[in-house]
Amino acid sequence: MAGIISYGAYIPLWRLSRDVIAEAWESASTGGERSVANNDEDTVTMASEAAIDCLGGLKREKVDGLYFASTTSPYKEKECSTLVAMAADLRPEIITADFGNSLRAGTEAFRAALDAVVSGSAGQVLVTASDCRMGHPRSNYEQTFGDAAAALLIGNTAKPAVIMEGSHSLSNELYDVWRLDKDIYVQSWEDRFIIEHGYTENMERTISGLLRKKALSVKDIAKAVLYAPTSRAQQGLARRLGFDIKTQLQDLLISNVGITGCAHALLMLVAALEEAKAGDKILVASYGSGCDAFLLSVTEEIAGVRGNRRGVKGYLDSKRPLSSYARYLSYRGLLEPQPGEPFRLFPAATTSWRERNWAIRMHGSKCKNCGTVSFPIERVCYSCRSKDNFEEVRLSDRKAKVFTFTLDNLAGRSDDPTIPQIGVEFDYQNTRAYLSMTDCDPREVRVDMPVEMTFRKLYEGAGMYNYFWKCRPVR
Amino acid sequence: MESIKDKVAIIGMGCTKFGERWDAGLDDLAIEAAYEAYSDAGIDPQDIQACWYGTVTQPVVGIGCTHLAGPLKLHGIPMTRVENWCTTGHEALRNACFGVACGMYDLVLALGVEKLKDTGFPGLGTGRGMSPVLEARRTAPGSFGMIATRYFHTYGLSPEEGKRIIGKIAVKNHYNGSLCPKAHFHNRVTLEQVMSAPIIAWPLGLFDCCGNSDGAAAAILAPASRAKECRDDPIYIKGLGAAHSALLPQNRPAFDWLHFEEVINSSRQAYAQAGIKNPREQIDIAEVHDCFTSTELLLYELLGFSPEGKSKEDVDSGFFELSGGLPVNSDGGLKCFGHPVGASGLRMTYEVYKQLQGKAQSPERQLKDAKLGISQTFGGPPQVAAVALLGKELGYP
Repeated sequence: MAGIISYGAYIPLWRLSRDVIAEAWESASTGGERSVANNDEDTVTMASEAAIDCLGGLKREKVDGLYFASTTSPYKEKECSTLVAMAADLRPEIITADFGNSLRAGTEAFRAALDAVVSGSAGQVLVTASDCRMGHPRSNYEQTFGDAAAALLIGNTAKPAVIMEGSHSLSNELYDVWRLDKDIYVQSWEDRFIIEHGYTENMERTISGLLRKKALSVKDIAKAVLYAPTSRAQQGLARRLGFDIKTQLQDLLISNVGITGCAHALLMLVAALEEAKAGDKILVASYGSGCDAFLLSVTEEIAGVRGNRRGVKGYLDSKRPLSSYARYLSYRGLLEPQPGEPFRLFPAATTSWRERNWAIRMHGSKCKNCGTVSFPIERVCYSCRSKDNFEEVRLSDRKAKVFTFTLDNLAGRSDDPTIPQIGVEFDYQNTRAYLSMTDCDPREVRVDMPVEMTFRKLYEGAGMYNYFWKCRPVR
Repeated sequence: MESIKDKVAIIGMGCTKFGERWDAGLDDLAIEAAYEAYSDAGIDPQDIQACWYGTVTQPVVGIGCTHLAGPLKLHGIPMTRVENWCTTGHEALRNACFGVACGMYDLVLALGVEKLKDTGFPGLGTGRGMSPVLEARRTAPGSFGMIATRYFHTYGLSPEEGKRIIGKIAVKNHYNGSLCPKAHFHNRVTLEQVMSAPIIAWPLGLFDCCGNSDGAAAAILAPASRAKECRDDPIYIKGLGAAHSALLPQNRPAFDWLHFEEVINSSRQAYAQAGIKNPREQIDIAEVHDCFTSTELLLYELLGFSPEGKSKEDVDSGFFELSGGLPVNSDGGLKCFGHPVGASGLRMTYEVYKQLQGKAQSPERQLKDAKLGISQTFGGPPQVAAVALLGKELGYP
């Protein structure tokens, strides 16, 4: 049976109170807070986090494909699913694809993965969706958007955690929200038109079509996961369809995360699965130039997934307030911070390629003769000098602690002037790594502090974005 | 293996004024140091038979000796450029000594020079590592600050206690520098000033960090057997040591961040050559690599001056002050004399040379009856160290 085997999510640590935005603009606050990706995060790093959350405790070699969906991919030309797959340390012989341009990209990838496992072209496909959209300064979108990623492992197996029961889609050509190839901010047409004739009409038609197809009524649905640009639009739709808003409607995550683009329907689905009981029927619908609607049913297997995941719930609880609107602007690259000292060694495509197994997969080398583990990979063992006699071991999911550190005030950019540089020790063969710490208050760094690994964008140079691992306080 | 002891003598040295030498380029600094050394040795430039020359950052690597051959007009002789982080000056000296010791040359110039103040930023810069991502944000204070953090942790010192101990080293070196006309800084500081200074790379504050200076230093070397023909008070090479560790400390599996094998091995090589059994008692003057005050604190122990974990007691008792049992960094050290990277090993050697001759700049700094001295550098991420042991008498110790 085709369905969902596992789920994962990622919500950045930083949350910006909408009152802070409103105060900066002397405008009205829509209340609550939104998530904001750090200045070393993008949709690739967030998708990698969600993917790794989703894979916790599972055999990564069983994954046959990875899809990456985003309307804010860091590259216009260059696949990003390959990069996410490598950060998640999947094997190379897999199918990959990037889905973009549509707010439905997340559910489009979800459907493609289901089709792939049903057709037999793959046994398991990991779907990631990640977005980091921007609204114009002072616009409503600036307040309502958020940054996050979600991941779902799709498989065709005897006992999936969630069974795919059916789906229905609709294509609709309409200018409601869009971005030109050169736009930074989301453009939109008048709200009253796009909610009525875009969102509501099309969602209602698609969901009704699905229920009809499956001969179900709204009463049969335990939770309706309805993507929407606003709470008002979501509730309006739910009422028209006949759902009970209090019991059947999945929370829009607008008060605490914001609308996270093409990741949002999947993020809400993850949140729904965190609460679901075996036997629940879940309806998922996403919108963007048409609709995708899916009917899912939850099985007993869901209990096994739940314990190992941070998911939406775990990442929602782990947060820090972003202190100012100015910081938001600089984290999003809208204010240009003074860059700090220049990066003097630019990568080359050749070196990045040769070093991919330690730089992106975070593999170390374990000596087959004496067991010494080094990071990065050492061909000649540091301890016994055995040559080319090692196996690669993944360190990105190992527990670690601060062995020693400094708080460097020379190297940072002006919006984050202090860089905690950490001598990390893994709980594995006294292995060390030299990493910057992110998502922290530098004043809290201590020797022996527990840390975990996080994949980040280090800097832009040589016309490329350059990714590497950092550590962070355990979230 | 043969010992280098008493095979080579230094018959002349030169050292520029260190500091922000906006007026001088790399060429001017090299000329200033070389011509003082020629004059001190009583030789002419055409007497030089070979040159070993070290610089690290400027103008760029990959241009050989072009930028030194021109200014010094060293016509038709072999020139070799060496570069090995902060030991670069020592490497020039060490290789030049070998050129003389093997009998190939009778008169050799070793010169180290660095022009740091043409870069537009303070410090040595960030990310001078091997990988675009691995050391992308590594700085010198950031690297050495990690040693201080671990030292404090290992010996149970609170950051406040630790900073007070290394702060006393800053006070000492600033005092010594104030007595040294060629030093970059001449200001004396109080412990309170040191403690309240802005943080550069925790736990290191402004006064824990050495000066970023321009400067050059040079030595003229001759066979020990012929040194007295050149001058009455040549200074003899007693031992030379250099060692590299296999990995950056950041990456060494299970490394304790205290026992730097490169420092221990390089000093023990030189002690063995010279026949030194008890460096604390036998050495009269030491110029050590105080790139950061915490480095000096650890070096007291690694060089065998203080027992492990006990250098604090020697700092408190003033053992390393000018009037103490083993004066360290009597010219102000890297802290105050300054740290033009490629020049530093030779600058330290210059101070030892002058002290052993009884010719220290400004009499208040002159040490009495100094017979044996050491200059020592330690650099990189850090990963490399070198020493030169000098003595004023043949056959001693």
